[in-house]
Amino acid sequence: MTSLRATGIGVSLGGARVLDGVSLDLRPGWTAIVGPNGAGKSTLLRVLAGLRTPDAGEVQLDGVPLAAWAPRERARRLAWLTQQGSASGDLTAREIVLLGRLPHLGIVASPGAADEAAVERAMEEAECAAWRDRRPQELSGGEQQRVLLARALAVEAPLLLLDEPTTHLDPPHQVALARLFRRRAAAGTTLVSVLHDLSLALVADRLVLLERGRVRAEGPTDDPALHAALVEAFEGAIRIERVGGRWVAFPHLEV
Amino acid sequence: MTSDGERRLRLAFGLAVGSVVIAAAGMAAGGDGWSPAGLFRALANADGRFIVLQIRAPRTLGAWLTGALLGLSGAAAQGLFRNPLADPYLLGSASGAVLGVVLVLAAAALGGHVVSVATAGAIARFGLVGAAFVGALLGVLLTLSLARGAQETMHLLLAGVVVGVLLTAASDLVTSAAPDALRGKQAFLLGSTGFLGWQSCAFMALGLAVTLPAAWRLARVLDALTLGTETAASLGLALGRLRIALVVAIAFATALAVSQAGLIAFVGLIAPHLVRRFAPATHGYTLLAGAAAGGLLLLTADVLARTVIAPQEVPVGVLTAILGGGYLIWLLRRRRAA
Repeated sequence: MTSLRATGIGVSLGGARVLDGVSLDLRPGWTAIVGPNGAGKSTLLRVLAGLRTPDAGEVQLDGVPLAAWAPRERARRLAWLTQQGSASGDLTAREIVLLGRLPHLGIVASPGAADEAAVERAMEEAECAAWRDRRPQELSGGEQQRVLLARALAVEAPLLLLDEPTTHLDPPHQVALARLFRRRAAAGTTLVSVLHDLSLALVADRLVLLERGRVRAEGPTDDPALHAALVEAFEGAIRIERVGGRWVAFPHLEV
Repeated sequence: MTSDGERRLRLAFGLAVGSVVIAAAGMAAGGDGWSPAGLFRALANADGRFIVLQIRAPRTLGAWLTGALLGLSGAAAQGLFRNPLADPYLLGSASGAVLGVVLVLAAAALGGHVVSVATAGAIARFGLVGAAFVGALLGVLLTLSLARGAQETMHLLLAGVVVGVLLTAASDLVTSAAPDALRGKQAFLLGSTGFLGWQSCAFMALGLAVTLPAAWRLARVLDALTLGTETAASLGLALGRLRIALVVAIAFATALAVSQAGLIAFVGLIAPHLVRRFAPATHGYTLLAGAAAGGLLLLTADVLARTVIAPQEVPVGVLTAILGGGYLIWLLRRRRAA
């Protein structure tokens, strides 16, 4: 069982404190990180992925400090998808997804049957197998995003850190993605996603609300105290109601 | 087989056949223009055989090898900088090589007046080739040191530009003090395949045998970099170390090419560009095909340089610049039209 624990994380960017004393204990299941713009969500995910060294605090993967892991070992356990994801160049969608096997293959070994199978599974899951031979410039933003998601899934890491994975996706594909996350979480993956869509975030198992670089609230997504904190953090611009057995966040559209 | 695979195979076949055909044309290109019959006549006598085997053959092979080194380093540089218009000379190798050459020329010129006979001899032994090679490598080293490694692409690119400007200024300063070095510098800037002998071919073949597999092993790093630096790092790649390895391979290949043939323009930029246009692929293929395309391009330019106004010769660097510039203008017009 893979666990990721952050303790007292502090990060400053250009003199501004972006994260301040953030502590999290992430275990199997789906955790959504939400918060107003500039709350430090993407920076936190970078720190959790080991892509940014915090000024204070420490992240431990399976009880071992993240910095102590060999890069490839760490990459096999922890897959990351960036918010500003873009693919360029001459690689086909399938070749891009195959890059997800780099932590397993290194830069020299040729992909074997297990790698090919992982790529196929990831492309099926992300619903992008149909354009395997197309290049990024031949794909829409949403299609590119699904290819990049498949690249992250192809790592087959027990820990998935996804920054805004629903960017550019239309509602049907957002729902399909939520189902995929639920399946992965049920299978024991520790899935952490930064989300702007609060209704989608409320489908997760747990929710972490970041505000001004601090954890404002966290807990199960049906926790009323968490809902109250969400409404307050978003300055009352939303309301959260139960619809069809699920919690849904509605924006107040009075303008 | 996908159409991608077919295109790659066709291009590989075309490059191989084209190289053999143009190399044969190169063997038949002499002072009286291009003449297959003249080649057979030349081979029939000892003097002719000497010209064909000791002058035309190494020049032809040398032109291909120089182009291949430039094509390889261009493909690697374009992948490293994630910029299809990146050039292998961007890292400071060209300006470093020019400064090396200018320093030796100036020292040799001054040697006639103030340097002892023994020192002038040492300068001559060290030679322009060695000076260009060492200068190119030192230029890249300076770029790496200014960029504090190769972790940040933008730092590397900016450091390369700064080093280029500073070393060019230093060359100009030296030629101001020793104007006799100007002519040699001009010849070096134009590039030439006319002095390539078997020894040059051996050096370059050895260099290609080292740099091509080394760069090819790093091709997946270039593939991963197309997703961005952070994503590549998240895949477990030790980017700092791997990028330096790429820069070293680019620097070594470029230094070897410019030290033997001067600053041949545009081949390193255009060859990988053409490869990607005809057969877009992963960097593993682009590096290999880019090298072959660079070889074929410079070989073709060399044969044209020898024959278009025979018995006069056009400096091959001028020809590659005209061809390369023409290609870019065509590309620009095509994009505007699209």
